[in-house]
Amino acid sequence: MTAPLDVDGPAAPPRSNGELVFAEPWESRAFGMAVGLHEAGAFAWPRFQAALIARIRAWEDGRAANEPWDYYRLWLAALEDVLTEQDVIRADEVTTRARSLAARPAGHDHGDHGDHGDHHDHDRPR
Amino acid sequence: MTPTSGPDDRLAPALRTEALEQLLTERGLIDPAAMDAIIATYETQVGPLNGAKVVARAWTDPQYKSRLLQDGTAAIAELGFTGPQGEHIVVVENTPTTHNVVVCTLCSCYPWPVLGLPPSWYKDPAYRSRVVREPRAVLSEMGLDLADGVRITVRDSTSEVRWLVLPERPAGTEHLTEEELVPLVTRDAMVGVAKVTAP
Repeated sequence: MTAPLDVDGPAAPPRSNGELVFAEPWESRAFGMAVGLHEAGAFAWPRFQAALIARIRAWEDGRAANEPWDYYRLWLAALEDVLTEQDVIRADEVTTRARSLAARPAGHDHGDHGDHGDHHDHDRPR
Repeated sequence: MTPTSGPDDRLAPALRTEALEQLLTERGLIDPAAMDAIIATYETQVGPLNGAKVVARAWTDPQYKSRLLQDGTAAIAELGFTGPQGEHIVVVENTPTTHNVVVCTLCSCYPWPVLGLPPSWYKDPAYRSRVVREPRAVLSEMGLDLADGVRITVRDSTSEVRWLVLPERPAGTEHLTEEELVPLVTRDAMVGVAKVTAP
């Protein structure tokens, strides 16, 4: 679905309009995951869009909760909603894995392990 | 931010994203390399430059402009710009008396193939709700003061329609070629929150 597009050099937009596309790396991963799953046929885009609209509406209805506006946080939640609904994942497994990732020793993935960065924790207890 | 928000709150979505990516990768549902390619595409390749090329072509080729206003997606595909969120692009023309401005009130629908991903202000609750109620005031705050006689139409994007604004070609650019016009066209002008100005 993604057509190859010509690039007119490193200064090409979107940066030339003064804004980075993603503020933090995880935002780009959350974005890429949703688009990648959709392109692989995991769900129709309108299904994800409906989940995103629902998450945004819930935030707008609950401003009193003092949760700061964070678009990609809602994007991620919507993606999890779609995947849980389809029994692809369970929310608690994501939580468990995230806790296990949080327990990694500091600096584990900043070059200390060289090529093993992607596999460093696969034998850690979860 | 609330007083209780701290580093952990900022860390949470990053960890959750990483956890989700790991789980999906282990199950063969996502390919991290394919994700890398998607991200790189939207970080460096697909952006408002594509839309600027469409606008410059329409300014210099009346027949192309006619096709563009009739069937946006097809005319944009002529220049090679296709892909997700570009299936139903409708192009509306701004004139000295009519001004179109684009919003997505429900979420963040946006014509990715011609503009890339939306800027943060486009996704912001304040823009999404206010531009519908008081477009003239919002545009003015964003630096675009329109005369009282100009009719403003707010175009609400949906999954069925992604709007793209064809801005007015500024006076004083009659001698410029299509290639010279491209860099003048900004993302904001194609969303309708700015005008294109002559160099």
